[in-house]
Amino acid sequence: MDLVMQYLVTGLTVGSIYALMAIGFVTIYNITGILNFAQGEFAMIGALSCVSFVNLGLPMFAAIPAAIILTAIIGFAVERTVIFPVRNRSVITLIVITIGVSTFIKGLGLIIWGTSPRTLQPVMKMGPIQLLGAVINPQSLFIFLTVLLLLAVLYVFFDKTFIGSALRASEKNPRAASLMGINTSSMSALAFTLAAALGAIAGIMIAPLTDATYEMGFLIGLKGFVAMVIGGVNNISGAVVGGLLLGVIEAFSGGFISTFYSDAIAFGVLLLMLFFKPTGLFSKATGERV
Amino acid sequence: MLYVQGLSTHIGKIQILHSIDLHVHQGEIVSIIGANGAGKSTLLNTLAGLYFPSTGKVTLEGEVISGLPAHKVVRKGLSLVPEGRQIFSNLTVKENLLLGMYSRYYKEKNQAKDHIEMILDMFPSLKKHIDNLGGNLSGGEQQMLAIGRGLMSKPKIILLDEPSMGLAPKIVNEILEILMRIKKEMGTMIILVEQNVKAALKVADRVYVMEQGNIALHGTPEEISMNPQVKSAYLGIKMTS
Repeated sequence: MDLVMQYLVTGLTVGSIYALMAIGFVTIYNITGILNFAQGEFAMIGALSCVSFVNLGLPMFAAIPAAIILTAIIGFAVERTVIFPVRNRSVITLIVITIGVSTFIKGLGLIIWGTSPRTLQPVMKMGPIQLLGAVINPQSLFIFLTVLLLLAVLYVFFDKTFIGSALRASEKNPRAASLMGINTSSMSALAFTLAAALGAIAGIMIAPLTDATYEMGFLIGLKGFVAMVIGGVNNISGAVVGGLLLGVIEAFSGGFISTFYSDAIAFGVLLLMLFFKPTGLFSKATGERV
Repeated sequence: MLYVQGLSTHIGKIQILHSIDLHVHQGEIVSIIGANGAGKSTLLNTLAGLYFPSTGKVTLEGEVISGLPAHKVVRKGLSLVPEGRQIFSNLTVKENLLLGMYSRYYKEKNQAKDHIEMILDMFPSLKKHIDNLGGNLSGGEQQMLAIGRGLMSKPKIILLDEPSMGLAPKIVNEILEILMRIKKEMGTMIILVEQNVKAALKVADRVYVMEQGNIALHGTPEEISMNPQVKSAYLGIKMTS
């Protein structure tokens, strides 16, 4: 029982990080139609620049926002320099461009930070706590609570603010949104900025658990992608559940089978989803009344 | 005044509109009729900035609006209620209406409530649905919402692309009455594109007939309805000689 609890806590922690990545994917996909393959690289920049800021002598509470803002600016710059000029091309072209961006940023990361893994000190430095029979690393608790808070903020932003409703309108029907006076291309820039910031947070959260390297973006990006596929591409709450579910599946399979196979199992889940329910677990039937 | 001079539009390599000339006077309802594929929707979409014209000029109250993207055209006072209503089905009726005044929302935030009230007075059937999702409304209610949303930007001219499509005759009549009210109470210029020719002739001050991307005829509703070609092609009246 204790073991089950332990795996559940670990799974939810890692899963909430995947959820952040998945929200980044979903936001960009719904507003621009692009699957952003550079999403993982945003996590890498967030984590490694945070390490650099700490090494420069910044305290943690300043280094984290600095890294998030830097990554958000890079996300904005990516959209303006390589997506915006070719926005009228086919979506496939744009997706291939994001693969190029991913490779470019990875190369840049290699030049700046080298190949050796960097460690980021956890924010919470106290010893583990006992809770319901599980030993909880305070860093895990910190991650989980931060993600919950972030989800609440995102909910308010998307559902309760005017600019959030403009974003949802652009997601649903960009053409009609432009007829309302919404500049949909600035919405696309906003989506990339937001997704980059979310990616950075995910990277900073996971770095103390796994160490940060210039190639960390690939795996975390792919996990976020799987989480999105599980939840359904057009649904933020689905992305969150997808992320948590993937984290829990990984933790249990790691615990009961072998950690050696946990990545394989995650991608097995992706294949199963794509075979049997490609629209995601939580996608509602879509249809429009005419 | 809306002036359209020599407007041509290409979609890809195909020329859809061939040098269109038309105008709308202050306080006028102008109907555009024509067969499927005559270019009516392309004309409205070009005026609204969804397509860029290859030649020609559009001026609204003396200001050139051709060549501007859609989100800027709205700011100049031209609002398009697109074909198929294009309601934001994932947003509530209130959110849909508020987005209609996106271009002036931050400037006129405190008047938003009054403005919504005014629109609801014109479309009372929307009142009880104000917090429901737009996608859950009936077809007629969605059309009302689309027109209401188009009016939220306080346009000088509003373009309606086939508002009667798929609606019961009773609701079509309601919509025609609302157009007359918009003309009378708000003084907004209206361009109405319709397949339902009888409806289009009923409310119009002037009518243009489009054929294959050209304006084929132009006149008052009486003149147009007496035209033998229109009679046989659009009104289903057989000519006897």
